[in-house]
Amino acid sequence: MSTLAVHDHGVAHHDDHGHEHHHNQSFLSKYVFSMDHKMIAKQFLITGITMAVIAMILSILFRIQLAYPDKTFPLLTTLLGRFAPNGRISADFYLSLVTIHGTIMVFFVLTAGLSGTFANLLIPLQVGARDMASPFMNMLSYWFFFLASVIMLSSFLVQKGPASGGWTIYPPLSALPKAMPGSGEGMTLWLISMVLFVASSLMGGINYVSTVLNMRTKGMDLWKMPLTIWALFLTAILGILAFPVLVAGVVLLIFDRSFGTSFYLSDIVLNGVQQPFEGGSPILFQHLFWFLGHPEVYIVIMPAMGISSEVMSVNSRKPIFGYHAMVYSLIGITVLSFIVWGHHMFVTGMNPFLGGVFMITTLIIAVPSAVKTFNWLATLWRGNIRFTPAMLFAIGMVSFFISGGLTGIFLGNAALDVNLHDTYFVVAHFHLVMGSAAIFGMLAGVYHWFPKMFGKMMDEKLGYLHFWLTFIGAYLVFFPMHFMGLDGVPRRYYAFTEFVSMQRWLTVNTFITWAAIMAACAQVAFLYNFISSIFIGKKATQNPWESNTLEWTTPVEHLHGNWPGEIPTVYRWPYDYSKPGAEEDYIPQTVPFSQTMSSNLPHDFEDNPKGLEELNKFNSTLKANEQVK
Amino acid sequence: MLLGTNLLMAQTEAAATTGGQADAPQVDWTGVAYYLLLFFLVCLGVAVIGKILKIYDLTLQIQGKKGMKWNTIMAVVCLVFLVAGLYGAYWSFTVQGSMTLPEAASKHGVKIDEMFTVTTVLTMIVFFITQILLFTFLFNYRHSDKRRAHFLPHNNTIEKVWTIAPAIVLTILVVFGFFTWQTIMNTTDTKGDINIDITGHQFAWELRYPGKDGVLGPKDFKLVSAANKLGVNFKKRSSFDDLQVDTMYLPVNKSIRLNIQALDVIHSVYMPHFRVQLNAVPGLPTFFKFTPTITTAQMRTQLDDPKFEYLVYCNKICGGGHYNMQKVVRVVTEAEYQAWLSRQKPYLSDALRKELHFAAADQPKTELQNRLALNN
Repeated sequence: MSTLAVHDHGVAHHDDHGHEHHHNQSFLSKYVFSMDHKMIAKQFLITGITMAVIAMILSILFRIQLAYPDKTFPLLTTLLGRFAPNGRISADFYLSLVTIHGTIMVFFVLTAGLSGTFANLLIPLQVGARDMASPFMNMLSYWFFFLASVIMLSSFLVQKGPASGGWTIYPPLSALPKAMPGSGEGMTLWLISMVLFVASSLMGGINYVSTVLNMRTKGMDLWKMPLTIWALFLTAILGILAFPVLVAGVVLLIFDRSFGTSFYLSDIVLNGVQQPFEGGSPILFQHLFWFLGHPEVYIVIMPAMGISSEVMSVNSRKPIFGYHAMVYSLIGITVLSFIVWGHHMFVTGMNPFLGGVFMITTLIIAVPSAVKTFNWLATLWRGNIRFTPAMLFAIGMVSFFISGGLTGIFLGNAALDVNLHDTYFVVAHFHLVMGSAAIFGMLAGVYHWFPKMFGKMMDEKLGYLHFWLTFIGAYLVFFPMHFMGLDGVPRRYYAFTEFVSMQRWLTVNTFITWAAIMAACAQVAFLYNFISSIFIGKKATQNPWESNTLEWTTPVEHLHGNWPGEIPTVYRWPYDYSKPGAEEDYIPQTVPFSQTMSSNLPHDFEDNPKGLEELNKFNSTLKANEQVK
Repeated sequence: MLLGTNLLMAQTEAAATTGGQADAPQVDWTGVAYYLLLFFLVCLGVAVIGKILKIYDLTLQIQGKKGMKWNTIMAVVCLVFLVAGLYGAYWSFTVQGSMTLPEAASKHGVKIDEMFTVTTVLTMIVFFITQILLFTFLFNYRHSDKRRAHFLPHNNTIEKVWTIAPAIVLTILVVFGFFTWQTIMNTTDTKGDINIDITGHQFAWELRYPGKDGVLGPKDFKLVSAANKLGVNFKKRSSFDDLQVDTMYLPVNKSIRLNIQALDVIHSVYMPHFRVQLNAVPGLPTFFKFTPTITTAQMRTQLDDPKFEYLVYCNKICGGGHYNMQKVVRVVTEAEYQAWLSRQKPYLSDALRKELHFAAADQPKTELQNRLALNN
């Protein structure tokens, strides 16, 4: 596998946990049932990338249907069999594709793949811990995730196909197996998979929070943590508080489907047959779903924000602008994200007054988001910008976040949402602001911390190619969709051929599909780069980006326990880049102020009167010396 | 390059469709191989260019020069992207922007459109300023060995400014939006409205108009049968003169109250030209009130499209036929409306009379289902 070059000396410590495969213990405990956070991070990453590629292929399949609704592609029948009879994807399977694409991307790639990878890799390394608080639970977290992924994909093998009610699986459509083929066994598998997924996410989240709170190294107080850690920490809190609500919603749905309860169902006549459900409310499910669903989009975007902040600071050779404001806006987003879920439900028939309240909270959450954007711009201002692929992806993240975030102001406004709800405008909005932005944050992280993960460097030029094709491709795909939405073109339509008014968008659809295919092909450059660099990449140095954070003080060769000797002590915040008076343009967190007297500022000693006294003494002697000269 | 592949795609498609006219469609393997080969060639091209660049880079280094300045190249590409992107956005706004919905054909829709214009102007100002700043910063402050970045950890004044400024702008939008929303949705007075029942089911809409009494009869899902698709309760007098109609005719400048229901799963009544949308939820009857202001005939001349029709369609995923659940909406003058109304057939059809009459005899259910299946 990927990590053959890595020597894991410390694994032996954990053999006492024991398992049945004693004949091949070292391999299994090292690569498969590993409890080392770095290996688990790699497992999450590789599984996440695999799921992303699968979900991307699904999206290309339905894009082909949208671009060529009248043409037949016999190859599709060969590949998909009964799901694409006569060379065309069937209407039901089209909805399955949309549903599973959304589910995989939101949960399996951008939640587990993103948080799972970088929380596991960075939390112990950047706060200075030897491993996670509970390595065993960490391992379980990955294997529950893996199992959830396998079950989700296995739904393609059942007779009637995977779940197809959209990734939001609103009942009654998802609750009545006869309402559509995908609501049969496919839906059951979807629900089982999600329960396992949430279990995985909770085990991971509890680990991340407890590690950040309890296992920071000496000197690492909360205000010395890099923004990546802040973001991952708050994301984990969000997940712990929000995901159980989804489980509650899902379990009640399982009851309605399998045990005849009526939590979400009432007054239903399906195909002329009265259903025996009374007294439930489909809206209840939507409340439960979006109580997770909305924090979920911040679970997706906040780690990307943290990663981008860190990468942009390192590569601008400048401290992140307004570190405190960045942290407070993350906290603000975390808190507010729990009281905005109703903006997904403006037109469900929910009480209009409630809609008004949710509109107010929704537009308030735009303030911390705006602050973050301005702070990123200020970080670039007068920087000394190095264009590593990671930096480019972080910039792309900011660009997408602006473009997609601004359309959120339309959709968060209940009055405007009346006409925009569930149109392509929404598709364009969330694909830019959380889809593309989050995946760019993730890719920035992969390019930036690849040397830490695999001890090798990725190829920069292929990274450039990958970035520009993907960046341009994403804009070409999603920008025109806004206008389709403004023309009232609904999402999740199998074909626009039935509406005279929508047929003129067909050429645009064809264009979007080709842009999507181009962007998909560009991912081959990434995959080739990623896989080949693991084996034949240039060997990485200890601190290839000249970064301040703690993970770059560990040796390139991985150790179980991260640091060979004592864990280093932290003396300063992580963003002392280009400090005037310093020898280098970066000062790692482990360098005490006593070694950098010439670059110390009064600001560095705000809560340290003794240090300030020292600094004043130093400055006055410096002045005195100059006067003597 | 893209155009070229598009052309080739079209060719193989043509081949595929002609091949497909036989009983079972045959896979055009040469076409598939063609694409794979094409992709392989592109990869090869990329690899060759990569190698050339590497060699060029090495020769520069051998000559004692610094090698390729990738930071500068990327900075220039950023600037090129900015210019191309701005032009692309402008093109998209003018060309695709002109393909969007015409002016609102309802009273409240005009308010929504005003709100939309204000929001668009404000957000687009921010969009262009921030994107331009982003990419010009990238170009201006590209890496140079000769200088150091400006150490600027924070500046409380400017941070306060750009916290408060968006807060003020958003407050304006919130207040404006809140009152617009309230006027659209908080219309509890029911006097003088024309009540129209619209019920969604897989995969069609059913329309019911009240008769002379102006009142729609009550419904109960337990009464649904083949002839009584909506489950209208005929124990009440008001049900007897209800009308079943096929096209939604609306008199212009009259307040319409759409009573929205669903029989099986959630649907959504979407009439984009009137800026009307509300979900149809089984077990949760809702309503949307609006006043159409432009007749179909007027809109046809306005758009210069003699075939133009207002439509109502489904905008909440509801199953395989979701993409084709449309009904024509015609906004007409009061006189035309009355003439049309007088031609409509009562909901209480002959079949329904018969069924109600024999209700006690417990008709076999199979026949019922067959008919429904035909209807679908």
